[in-house]
Amino acid sequence: MAINSDSNLNSKIPAGDMSEKWTNYKGSVPLVSPNNKRRIDIIIVGSGLAGASAAASLGELGYNVKVFTFHDSPRRAHSIAAQGGINAAKNYRNDGDSVYRLFYDTIKGGDYRAREGNVHRLAEVSTSIIDQCVAQGVPFAREYGGLLDNRSFGGTQVSRTFYARGQTGQQLLIGAYQALSRQISLGTVKLYNRHEMLDVVTVDGQCRGIIARNLLNGELERHSAHAVVLCTGGYGNVFYLSTNAMMCNVTAAWRAHRRGAYFANPCYTQIHPTCIPVSGEYQSKLTLMSESLRNDGRCWVPKNEADCGKHPNDIPEQDRDYYLERRYPAFGNLVPRDIASRAAKQVCDEGRGVGSTRLAVYLDFADAIKRDGQAAISARYGNLFEMYEKITGEDPNKQPMRIYPAVHYTMGGLWVDYELMTNIPGLYACGEANFSDHGANRLGASALMQGLADGYFVLPYTIGSYLSKEIRTGAISTDSPEFEAAEKSVRDNIQRLYAANGKQSVESFHRRLGKIMWDKCGMGRTAEGLTQAIAEIQALREEFWSDVFLPGTADEFNPELEKALRVADFIELGQLMCEDALHRNESCGGHFREEYQTEDGEADRDDENFMYVAAWEWKGENQKAELHKEALNYEVVKVQKRSYK
Amino acid sequence: MKLTLKIWRQGGKYKGEFVNYELPDVNPDMSFLEMLDVLNEQLISRREDPVSFEHDCREGICGTCSMVIDGRPHGPMKGTTTCQVHMRHYNDGETIVIEPFRAMAFPVVKDLVVDRSAFDRIIQSGGYVSVNTGQAQDANAIPIEKTIASEAFDAATCIGCGACVAACPNASAMLFTSAKVSHLALLPQGQVERKRRVLNMIAQMDKEGFGQCSNVKACEAECPKEISVSNIARLNREYISASLTADVK
Ligand SMILES: Cc1cc2nc3c(=O)[nH]c(=O)nc-3n(C[C@H](O)[C@H](O)[C@H](O)COP(=O)(O)OP(=O)(O)OC[C@H]3O[C@@H](n4cnc5c(N)ncnc54)[C@H](O)[C@@H]3O)c2cc1C
Ligand code: SF4
Ligand code: FES
Repeated sequence: MAINSDSNLNSKIPAGDMSEKWTNYKGSVPLVSPNNKRRIDIIIVGSGLAGASAAASLGELGYNVKVFTFHDSPRRAHSIAAQGGINAAKNYRNDGDSVYRLFYDTIKGGDYRAREGNVHRLAEVSTSIIDQCVAQGVPFAREYGGLLDNRSFGGTQVSRTFYARGQTGQQLLIGAYQALSRQISLGTVKLYNRHEMLDVVTVDGQCRGIIARNLLNGELERHSAHAVVLCTGGYGNVFYLSTNAMMCNVTAAWRAHRRGAYFANPCYTQIHPTCIPVSGEYQSKLTLMSESLRNDGRCWVPKNEADCGKHPNDIPEQDRDYYLERRYPAFGNLVPRDIASRAAKQVCDEGRGVGSTRLAVYLDFADAIKRDGQAAISARYGNLFEMYEKITGEDPNKQPMRIYPAVHYTMGGLWVDYELMTNIPGLYACGEANFSDHGANRLGASALMQGLADGYFVLPYTIGSYLSKEIRTGAISTDSPEFEAAEKSVRDNIQRLYAANGKQSVESFHRRLGKIMWDKCGMGRTAEGLTQAIAEIQALREEFWSDVFLPGTADEFNPELEKALRVADFIELGQLMCEDALHRNESCGGHFREEYQTEDGEADRDDENFMYVAAWEWKGENQKAELHKEALNYEVVKVQKRSYK
Repeated sequence: MKLTLKIWRQGGKYKGEFVNYELPDVNPDMSFLEMLDVLNEQLISRREDPVSFEHDCREGICGTCSMVIDGRPHGPMKGTTTCQVHMRHYNDGETIVIEPFRAMAFPVVKDLVVDRSAFDRIIQSGGYVSVNTGQAQDANAIPIEKTIASEAFDAATCIGCGACVAACPNASAMLFTSAKVSHLALLPQGQVERKRRVLNMIAQMDKEGFGQCSNVKACEAECPKEISVSNIARLNREYISASLTADVK
């Protein structure tokens, strides 16, 4: 039986052949003339890859743009931390890559839970991204002939990843930041740094602006615009510990959700297998160790629990369990991210984890060093080994690394249509903040591609479709009752936090939420665990609002207050993630429900009943969110089982 | 281990003064910032005002963390940001002095937090290549010699943290500015605007109230990304040549 889409979810995928949809769309989308652009205001929230590229491009087109970021400078956005690289179907290696192949790999990698039309467009514009970045002066890796170099990444059979040492995100963001800075100097873009968006304002069903808090003095400000674009990143920090930067949060998207924007597939979370493990209760964040290490490192734990406390070098070969090689002889240590992560968790659950917390496995380079020599291994991984040693004080040349999976990326986000508009007219979402392109699992090096595709090459076209109808609107007043009410609700929320005047710190609540999420909505999920988690989160929420303690006042620079507002939203999001995970009675991509696995422990997808996007509608505090379904129809790609045997 | 922290407090009830805090039980595996987290949890549990400090990635790449530790921006270790310093490098019973980055162009916001937006304005004055979205040619149409690309890269790794300014007795921003000028002057993409860029960026730097460079080289010693002072020499050459020949302002 076919799944029916809800009538209020129109994905607006253009008709026609897959490879011509975007071209046709661009050829027929209504335009806004230059003199009219000057009369249109656009608010962009976020200055990461998505936000900075969108703001620069829209400024260049002549719109009046305002950019908001809670950071002190746009260059500090979390995109700066991306390491590995960015994909593009350039086929510079002549190894058979093409737009179609990138499209296909992304759909398959996403476990057939992404929208074909969006993904095909992403693959099409990927090539222009590299051109644009090089023109800006982004120093991608080069070969001796002076041309660009590539590397390969998981989930593909071609080399299509462009990289800038281990700092690709930094260099791409600096490129976008410089383009943005140029528009700021030209006066087309106005920057509001140290400003946090705390609500969106809708008037007669259309998005008309935001409420922002000036973080330096606590003042609440009203800003109006003809369209608002949220480029506010992912929500991995709902787990407290993740590889995300400390300030990444869901507040912008969540506040939009509470005003009516649907939140799609919140439970799709990517857990990266190779991160430096937690070392103690004080731990504040986790550090990623590149996936490339699994090319030479061998994963193992002791066969016997009794050996787990010993020094690894004292455990003889016959007492080691190379569990990935044992369980997946064909792929060995190079199984995909989700499988490697789950296998590590299983051996630790059995009590065979290592390190002081027993939540780690070894990644051992001894054999590779014996085989290829110390120099070769240092050349390949020197900087990673150094970073590892800085954090742990141990040298991976002398003893195996300890690694453990960690939350890394969130595929879910605000529901958007082909034009990247949410279901609230005039409100858009780009980059990691939307749900659109990665389905249930993202391939490495595809997030940077998507952020820049959205900002440089998609939104500047699609936003015109809406704004062409706004040219007669004129300036939007912030004196309306709707702005008044939105500002008041932000103020009330802050006052409610202070009114609790309790005993526990914001941090302690965030930590507890993270533990519930990690234990019950992390790598392995069950109906029973999720049901418990929902009850625990509800209780935590009540405790938070009655016993949180906030120092200082609301009208000064106050990082604790900023954090409290974010944690309050994380708690609500956490519940929705559990509900989404509970309703999805299948396993797919990063969502693994233990009840739904094949005999050999693989994810068991249920296309017949779950090949849809789950878009949740906010119904009010203490009300159950309402589910809307957008059916996924595969016109081009043949839907298959993902197997690595 | 037991540590004493002597921290600069400014804002709220503090006029600008050092306050001592005792931490009885510091785990050597903690990072420096995690130690400050623990301190703040203690202050909050006593209903006191926590110490404001900035941080985000905690991986040494975003450039947000900024503090002077025992007289050195980003603390004792070479090529390392504050967030990457771990407590195993300290000994039981030590006293650690923590201050904000100090410079006229970096006004203190609160405690250890300073306003570094002057850096953004220096970039806005010319630290870019003027190419609109969609105007680019094919990426491989601009071949760049590998060693040149690599030299430009070394300069481009600057994280905009401001330690160079904090380290300099004159609070000069030459290392930061020269890193951007070098990055773009070395690449073919940066040639067209080369003269205009250096003149405008230097003018903005002066306007922001940063001091003059007198070749102390403390900036290079403290820079967490080990940006070389040879970039300052290049900046000077670029500036002189542009001043002599530029017909643009
Ligand atoms: C360690 C690590 C390594 C990675 N490596 C890779 C890689 O190699 N390749 C790859 O493709 N992807 C990688 N990723 C993923 C990728 O970096 C991110 O998905 C991507 O950078 C997100 O970009 P963005 O523009 O959507 O959001 P972000 O860069 O997170 O920017 C969010 C912006 O929104 C602002 N903001 C948020 N909320 C508000 C608010 N309420 N008010 C005001 N401003 C707000 C912030 O200030 C910030 O400017 C990596 C991720 C991590 C964690
Ligand atoms: S030059 Fe070095 S010290 Fe100065 S801002 Fe850049 S990274 Fe920081
Ligand atoms: S917190 Fe990002 S560099 Fe230190």
